[in-house]
Amino acid sequence: MAETLDLSIYVKRQDDGTAHLDLAVEGIDCAACIDEIESGLHRLAGVVDARLNYTNHRLAVEWRDGELAPAQVVEELQRLGYRAHPFLARLVEEEEDRRAKWLLRCLAVAGFASMNIMLLAVSVWSGNVTDITPETRDFFHWLAALIALPAVAYAGQPFFRSAMNALRNGRTNMDVPIVIGILLALTVSVVETVNSAEHTYFDSVVMLLFFLLCGRYLDQAMRRKTRAVASNLASFRAEVAHRMEDDGEIVLVPTAALKSGDRVLVRPGERIVADGVVLAGNSEVDESLVTGETAHRAVRAESQVYAGSMNYNGTLTLRITAAGKGTLLDDVERLLENAAAAKSRYVRLADRVAKVYAPVVHTAAAITALTWIATGASIHDALITAIAVLIITCPCALALAVPVVQVVASGSLFRAGVFLNTGDAFERLAKVDTIVFDKTGTLTLPTMSVINAGDLEPDLLEAACRLALSSRHPLASAVARMARDRRPYDDVVEEPGQGVRTVVNGQEMRLGSPVFCGAQGIADITTQTDPVASVIAFCWGGKQAVLLVRQALRPDARLVLQNLREHGFDCRILSGDRPEAVAPIAATLGIAAWRGGCKPADKIEALEALKAEGRKVLMVGDGLNDAPALAAAHVSLSPISAADLTQAHADAVFLGDKLKPVQDTIEIARRAHGLMLQNLGIALVYNLIAVPLAFLGCVTPLVAALAMSGSSTIVTLNALRARGRTPAPSAGPAAQPQPVLAALGA
Amino acid sequence: MEVLIYLVPMALLLGLSGLAAFMWSLKNGQYDDVQGAAVRVLSDDDVRT
Repeated sequence: MAETLDLSIYVKRQDDGTAHLDLAVEGIDCAACIDEIESGLHRLAGVVDARLNYTNHRLAVEWRDGELAPAQVVEELQRLGYRAHPFLARLVEEEEDRRAKWLLRCLAVAGFASMNIMLLAVSVWSGNVTDITPETRDFFHWLAALIALPAVAYAGQPFFRSAMNALRNGRTNMDVPIVIGILLALTVSVVETVNSAEHTYFDSVVMLLFFLLCGRYLDQAMRRKTRAVASNLASFRAEVAHRMEDDGEIVLVPTAALKSGDRVLVRPGERIVADGVVLAGNSEVDESLVTGETAHRAVRAESQVYAGSMNYNGTLTLRITAAGKGTLLDDVERLLENAAAAKSRYVRLADRVAKVYAPVVHTAAAITALTWIATGASIHDALITAIAVLIITCPCALALAVPVVQVVASGSLFRAGVFLNTGDAFERLAKVDTIVFDKTGTLTLPTMSVINAGDLEPDLLEAACRLALSSRHPLASAVARMARDRRPYDDVVEEPGQGVRTVVNGQEMRLGSPVFCGAQGIADITTQTDPVASVIAFCWGGKQAVLLVRQALRPDARLVLQNLREHGFDCRILSGDRPEAVAPIAATLGIAAWRGGCKPADKIEALEALKAEGRKVLMVGDGLNDAPALAAAHVSLSPISAADLTQAHADAVFLGDKLKPVQDTIEIARRAHGLMLQNLGIALVYNLIAVPLAFLGCVTPLVAALAMSGSSTIVTLNALRARGRTPAPSAGPAAQPQPVLAALGA
Repeated sequence: MEVLIYLVPMALLLGLSGLAAFMWSLKNGQYDDVQGAAVRVLSDDDVRT
């Protein structure tokens, strides 16, 4: 650990002379970890406080400024056996935290109010059929009003705000009829209280608020949990760069600290961390994460390189340019804008229902009032009955129907290793009939692996793998990953651009290019079986072997695609890679409809063509070049290894090396969508029974309370079925994929 | 039944103090790490000198 990481941009200096650093910690799995980490850090000189949050695996460390370098904290944690990554709370997440707390406060107020008002209301109901005096009843009604009015004013805010927003934009949503119902019920109850009437509806109003807030809070809590895990994963991925200072000194800094104009050194085998222009050096870069192209591109001075590319042979010096200046990125940005604008036109299921529901209910109430007046009732009675219709139809069950299913289903997805970015993705996922895959990094694994390991002599392979441990070359690291014995050989010499060699048991051992190992002959024969794979040769004494290295298919890709096809999905491939590289993969997976060499605009065009045929397309992709296509598709998924911009535009992100989550996601979404429709059906049946009763004037506050809590309970219980059989946890949040997570400060 | 005039408001006050206690605990960060609180209770050397 010769270089120390400069973490100063993550450190928050506080007024009392202490410095504060937030870290996301990997590898916390038991209660003992808390004590180990906290007391371990307390032993460091200068540390004032270290507190681990076991729920979201984040550690807050405070120390007296100047007594400790932030990198020491990370090193100490590493020594204790935990990898820690500096963490910057994102604005979105803080905003969500605040909103969750606010909803919880509203929920507490509504809960308090509904319990106490129910106490008073039950006394009145039982008193009304026995011997309550009108004075006691009035007293109870006044008390209920005293509790309900401030409680609704406070706890109703989430609904008031959302309804106001919708109305201001000329739309309606479910909150509009809710707010109208609440306000009318409150007004009529106050008037009835003043008139010493028998019935008030304070209890119904507050109970309604309480149920609805439960749904909202659960929805928020689920989303917050998902976001916390996702942003931990993002900080695990955070990479480091070697920055060249003006005096020529090289410092290791987190990527977040890089500014436009900085000079950065990229060694062979390192990933390029920011867009830039090459100042000096020659090399080849693998841009598969950017364009999907697996063939390497030669770069020299003045070449433009993109973040996410892997540097292969030579050391490069880059000047960082402002993001979005490359031709490719400009293209991507422009396409993204158009695609995102098109997508926002989707109207959610709940809002579509609300659009029909609100006018129907309000017309029903008006008809009730008019009919009662026409049949000779007093205006007071007619109004009370009409308002009873509004209260009983106040869409409690309807407003819970969709969010509760979403909460339960995103819980199932979470366990299957899929994080949702958007709540309405379920509705869109359920309608999917065509699935378009990107090839590189989506159908194949984002990392390289040896594909002909089975054909080689085991001893020879093991020796090659062990020798590969000493090389920094990216292809060698694919070989090195298979080494069972993790101890590198002694005295290994690296010949730049050729390979590594050493002497074992008196015999020379070489790993590298076929020429370097004198294995040109075997290499030529072996490459014929797979022309797109990269070749690594190995020789030991007289024995030679040739290893083929390539991005292998995800282990279950063939099975998952077969299942998907059996379920009637039309699977296709749109890849940015050369057609020669796509063809064998498509053949293996049995996909007939594939295209290679697609630019981002070509992908969008292909998606538009599918859309024009009336298909609903699920796009699965990971490269930067896929981002516009993900935004343009009906719904989209991306693996956690995808480029940041791409992940931001996907509706959901999945973890792990397997493709199974794609299938799970569709299954869970279909079940969830079915349950949403069922729930809306239940709410409809409830209204069909309740509205005629209310129309006839049979709805007393007792009936209203029973009907509302009954329908809400049924809808919620039905939503719980979305849990169903949880698919086998292929990669739960606890088992994070290792290769993706770049070690920090190592 | 005159007793209700002060009994019911007293019951309400008790409920209100419960609500106030909840609000305080929420503001105080008692719910920030619920899983941690569940396991920390088992460690007996959590008081540092």
